[in-house]
Parts: sequence; structure tokens; C-alpha cells
Amino acid sequence: MTLPVTYPIVLSLILFSIGVLGVLTRRNAIIIFMSVELMLNAVNLAFVAFARQFGSVDGQVIVFFVMTLAAAEVAVGLAIIVALFRNKNTLNVDEIHLLKN
Amino acid sequence: MEHTLHLQIWPVLLFPLIGFVINGLFGNKLGNKVAGWFATSMVGLSFIWGVVLFFKYQGAGLHGTAVEQTLFSWIAVGNFNVNVAYQIDPLSLVMLLVVTGVGFLIHVYSNGYMKGDPGTPRYFTYLNLFIFMMLNLILANNFLLMFLGWEGVGLCSYLLIGFWFEDEAKATAGKKAFIVNRVGDFGFLLGMFLLYSAFGTLHFSSIFSEANTLFVDTGVITAITLLLFVGAMGKSAQIPLYVWLPDAMAGPTPVSALIHAATMVTAGVYMVARSNALYSLAPISQNVVAWIGAITAVFAATIALVQNDIKKVLAYSTISQLGYMFIGVGVGAYAAGVFHLMTHAFFKALLFLAAGSVIHIMEHAFHDAGIHDKDPQDIRNMGGLHKYAPFTAWSFYAAWFAIIGIPLFSGFFSKDEILAKSFGFNPWIWALGAFGAILTAFYMSRLTYLTFFGKFKGNKETENHLHESSKVMTVPLVVLGVLSVIGGYIGIPKLLGGSNHFEHFVASVAPEAESIHHLSHGTEWMLLLTSIVLAVGGLLIALAFYHWKKISAEKTAERFGGIYRLLLDKYRVDELYNFMIVQPIVRGSRWLWQYFDAKFIDGFFVNGIASTTKFVGDKVRKVQTGVIPNYALFISVGTLFIMLYFLIW
Repeated sequence: MTLPVTYPIVLSLILFSIGVLGVLTRRNAIIIFMSVELMLNAVNLAFVAFARQFGSVDGQVIVFFVMTLAAAEVAVGLAIIVALFRNKNTLNVDEIHLLKN
Repeated sequence: MEHTLHLQIWPVLLFPLIGFVINGLFGNKLGNKVAGWFATSMVGLSFIWGVVLFFKYQGAGLHGTAVEQTLFSWIAVGNFNVNVAYQIDPLSLVMLLVVTGVGFLIHVYSNGYMKGDPGTPRYFTYLNLFIFMMLNLILANNFLLMFLGWEGVGLCSYLLIGFWFEDEAKATAGKKAFIVNRVGDFGFLLGMFLLYSAFGTLHFSSIFSEANTLFVDTGVITAITLLLFVGAMGKSAQIPLYVWLPDAMAGPTPVSALIHAATMVTAGVYMVARSNALYSLAPISQNVVAWIGAITAVFAATIALVQNDIKKVLAYSTISQLGYMFIGVGVGAYAAGVFHLMTHAFFKALLFLAAGSVIHIMEHAFHDAGIHDKDPQDIRNMGGLHKYAPFTAWSFYAAWFAIIGIPLFSGFFSKDEILAKSFGFNPWIWALGAFGAILTAFYMSRLTYLTFFGKFKGNKETENHLHESSKVMTVPLVVLGVLSVIGGYIGIPKLLGGSNHFEHFVASVAPEAESIHHLSHGTEWMLLLTSIVLAVGGLLIALAFYHWKKISAEKTAERFGGIYRLLLDKYRVDELYNFMIVQPIVRGSRWLWQYFDAKFIDGFFVNGIASTTKFVGDKVRKVQTGVIPNYALFISVGTLFIMLYFLIW
């Protein structure tokens, strides 16, 4: 019995929304960062589901790209967060408003 | 059909243009003397070329056909084509010889008159530019090039009236001339637009040959001619646009002679004569031109009766004489109008130059006698100058007899011809002209008598310093004096046994309109004798006032105090214009400046937009918190909206 495409898509949607909410509501930079990762993986899931649905490998290929990109992003992002913590002594984004003034 | 002359027209224009450019660029390096004589010789060369053109034209046996020479294409847009092209025919030849001939004499005279003035090179630069522009006006073969000259001479007039611009009154007089002329030029422009829409061209010979044959409505022709005449009113100082000419006397006197008596102000007369084919088709316009001319002739003459400034008298006299020319061209006697234009150019240029000489003499005498508060132009300070300035005086008398129409002097023939033709058109116009003639005889005799006869009215010290002007000034006077006497002999009417060469010459391009009734010999003799009686009568009345003292001028002025003051104040027309036109415009402009511009444009638009932007900016900048999560929220909300958009539509 084949899995209907709706299931993984709905799961992907839920994961993505959790990610968005996490980015918007949480104050800790690391949590926000993890939420972004969650969103990326939700998208990956959608890609794979659609690739299977349409019998095309394109989606699966793109997922590899996204995973590489996410890995790079994690490396850079974590480095920034560490640097930020060293400078500001906090990871609360409300207290980090370097863009203002 | 193209007629060739085997001689180019353009050098006539080139000489003054060279003079203008060289003097304009290097005049101050050349020095006053060189600049002056250089400019003079350029106009002299132009005159010589003009004379050669005249004889070539006569020799070609063209019988009034125009010779056209195209230099280059000026404007070519779609169907609208205008060339820089010149034409020679009897009418433009007469004007050419008058402008360059009289212009040359006045240039010579200017060398003496402007001696010692630091602005001399500038003066001659303007004067040469004027001659160039005037030649464009009279030699053009289309209305647009004529208009270029028309505007060009207006510019030169403005520059020369305000030549001594340090004096604010003189600068203002220049501005007044320019602005009043703008009103006229507006009419001229509209006339040209209408011409183009009716005929599809601005080329003279195309328009005039089609005017008769083409099915153009008489109403349109009437409108065109009336609008063109509005231009002539401005340039040739006719009621109601004459007010600038008396003020134009602020310029140097040779300028008054050249521009404001002999040449530029006659441009309107020339234009009407040039457009004779149109005017002859529009009886309403003919009547308007003739009546305006007649009323102006009398109106200006009455003002001239009581003025005390020698140049003011001559200025009003010029307006009045221009009125006569318009009577001539208005009734359809184009040749007569142009004839008077020519004789007037001689005697009025002479009157102004002689007046300039008198002013020069008075100025030097006052200066040498150490008097600084007396006006050298006021005839009440003069008298008995004949003894001290014989050349000036004798030439002035020649012009005096010419203008009042003493038989055998030039003005007699031309004025009489105009009056005779006007009688055949409408006796009432003749009556006005005849009344003007007696006024002319009176005010000119008064002016001459008070200036040259009787006893000198200054003190002994001043009298000892009166000296005749230098040769450079008196020689042109004598030449013009001779012309003022004999200038009329080329147009002796048939009635007096002449053959009227001039009329035949000009009538070949400007034939007399059919509106003039032919007069019997008896009537013509009657009119001729009436003219003589009026001229001599005016002269005798003036002598009765000022020589025999039979009538006291002071008592007469007292008895008719109201009229006298009205005339002395020039009918208060300037005040009326000031009250009716200038003041409302000034008040309106002030309102526009202080309320509309300051409050509405500046307040509402300029500052309003700025403060609105600032206000909105102040409110909206709060959105820029600098807190990343806020931005992220906006991005998400935005994305949501975009998704909604795609979902719903």
C-alpha cells in the first residue's frame, strides 16, 4: 500500500510552521537557529515527497544541495553565535540590536 | 519665374553685420574714433551697394517684378518651409536707399555727437546691428524673416534708448518702449499664424498672388490685416500704442533721428504698403488704418502745440507725421504713403539732428558758463541761436518748410498727395488731415521761432559760449537740408506738370486701391490751394503769437487753462494707462507674489510636501526597531499575505 502524498506534506507543513513560530517567538539565538534548521528540513521532506509523487529525481537532488547548504550554514552560524556571545555576553536577541542607531 | 540680377543682394546686409561683429568684439580696443569711423564706413559701403543694386534693377527693365535670392533654408518642418531669402523690388529699393543713405549720414553725425563718450564703441555696435536688422526687415521675402528684423530693430531701439543706463529714467524709458512694442508684436504674431493657416505659406509673393485668386474669406483677410496693423501700431507709434515714442527721446539724439524718426518707426507703414494686396481686399481694415492714422495725426499735433522740450515737440510731430503716412496707406494710396515716408525720413532726421546740434551747443554753453541747473533741451532757455549756429539754423529752416508743406519743399508734395487721395476716399479723413496740417504749421513755427529767432534767453555769460557745432555734425545737416528741399521733385504730381516718377515706380508693386475715387482737376486745385493756405496760415498765427506779439501766448494759455494743462500733460494718457493697466498688473502681480506664491506655491506645495514627508517619516521610523525578530515577523506576515493572494486569486 502506497503512502498518500498528503501525509508527508502535512507533516512538512507542521514542522515548517513550528520552525516559523520558533524563529518569531523565541529569544535565544541558538533556539532560533535550530528553528531555522527545522524549517529547512521540513522543506526537504516536502521535496522528497513530491519527487516520489511525480516519479522524478530532481527533488531528491535538490535535497542534497539543501543539506550541504545547511551544513555550511550551521558552521558559519554557530561561529557567529559564539562570537556574539563572547562580545555581548548574552544570547537574548532582544538585547542585541546592533542595527538600531 | 525667377528673375536674375547678376548681382547679389546679401553684401548689403553683410557690411553692417561685419561692423557689428568687429565693433562688438574689439570695439574697446579699437578706440572711440576708429570704431566710429569703421562703423560709418560699413554703412557707407552698404549704401553704395544699394545704389548699384538700384541702377542694376532699373537697367534690367523688370517693371516692378521682384527679384528674389535665396541664401539658405532656415526652417523646414513638414509643410512649413522658411528660407533666409531676400527680395528687391521698387518698394524695398526705396526703403533700402532711405535706410542706408540716411543711416550713413546719421553715422557720420554721431562721430561728432558722441565724441568723448566712453560708451562710443558700444553705441556704434548697436547702431550697426540696427542697420543690419532694419535691412532684414525691408529686404526679407517672407513674413517670418521680416519679423526677425522687426524684433531685431525693437531690441536695438531698447538698447539705444537705455544707452545711458546709469540714469534710471532712461533705462525705464527703454523698458517701456520694449514692453509697449510687445503688445503690438503679439498682434503681428497672431496675424502671421492666421496667414499661415489661411495660405499655408509665409512667402510674400505666394501670398499676394494667391490673395486675389484663392478662395479666402474676406473676414479672414480682414482679421489678418487688422492683427498685422496692431503690430504696426506698436512699432509705428499709433494710438493707442504711441506712448513709448515720446519717452524714447531719452536716447542719444542721433538715435532719435535714425530709429525713432526716419527708419524703424516707419516699419509699420512699410509693412502695410508691402501687404497692399491684402489691405486692398479688406475695406474694414483700410478704414481702421486710415481713421487711426488721421486721429493720431491730429491728437499728437495738439500735444506738440504746447510742449517746451525741443525733442518732445519733435517726438509728437513724428507720431503725427506717421499718422499721415497711415492715412496714405490706409486709404489705399500706398505710393503716396511711402513717398511721405521718404521725405519725412529726410526732414525729420534733419530736424532731430539739428535739434541735437542745438542741444549740444546749449550743453557746452551752460557747461562753460558754469550753469548746471538749466535744461539744455528746454526751448524757453533758447532763442536767437541763428546768429551763433548758422548752418544748424539754415538746415533746420529747410526741414521746417518741408514739414509744414511750403510749396516746392519736399513735404509739400508728399503731404499734399496724401491729403488729395484721402479726399477721394473719405472727405472727413481729409478734414482731419487738413486740421492737423494747420496745427503742424503752428507748432513747428513756434519751435523754430523760439529756438532760432528773437533774443537769447540765457545770461550774457552763457551767450558768449555759444558756438556752432563741428563740421562732422554740420555737413550731414546740410546734405539732409538739400534733400529736404529737393527730395519731393521725384514725385511732382501731374497736376503741376510733373510726371510723378515716384508714384509710377512704387505703384508697380503697390497699385492704388480701387477705394479711391478719382477727383476732377478743379477739386485737386482746390485741395492744393487749401493745403498752402493752411500751411501759411499756421505759420502766420505762430508769428502773430511770438513775433508780432499781437496775441499773448501767456494770456491765451491762461484763458484756456484747462485745455492748456491737459495738452501740457499730454492728455494724461500715461496716467490713464498707469491707472487702468499698469497698476492693476502691479497689484495683481504683488498679490500673486505675496499670497499665491508665498502662501500657496511655497507654503502648500514646496514646504507642504517637505513637512508632510517629515511628519510621515517621524511616524514610520518607529517601525525600524533594529530588533531582528521584528523584521522576521514582518517578513513572515508579508509572505503570508503573498500566499493568501495566490490562494484567493
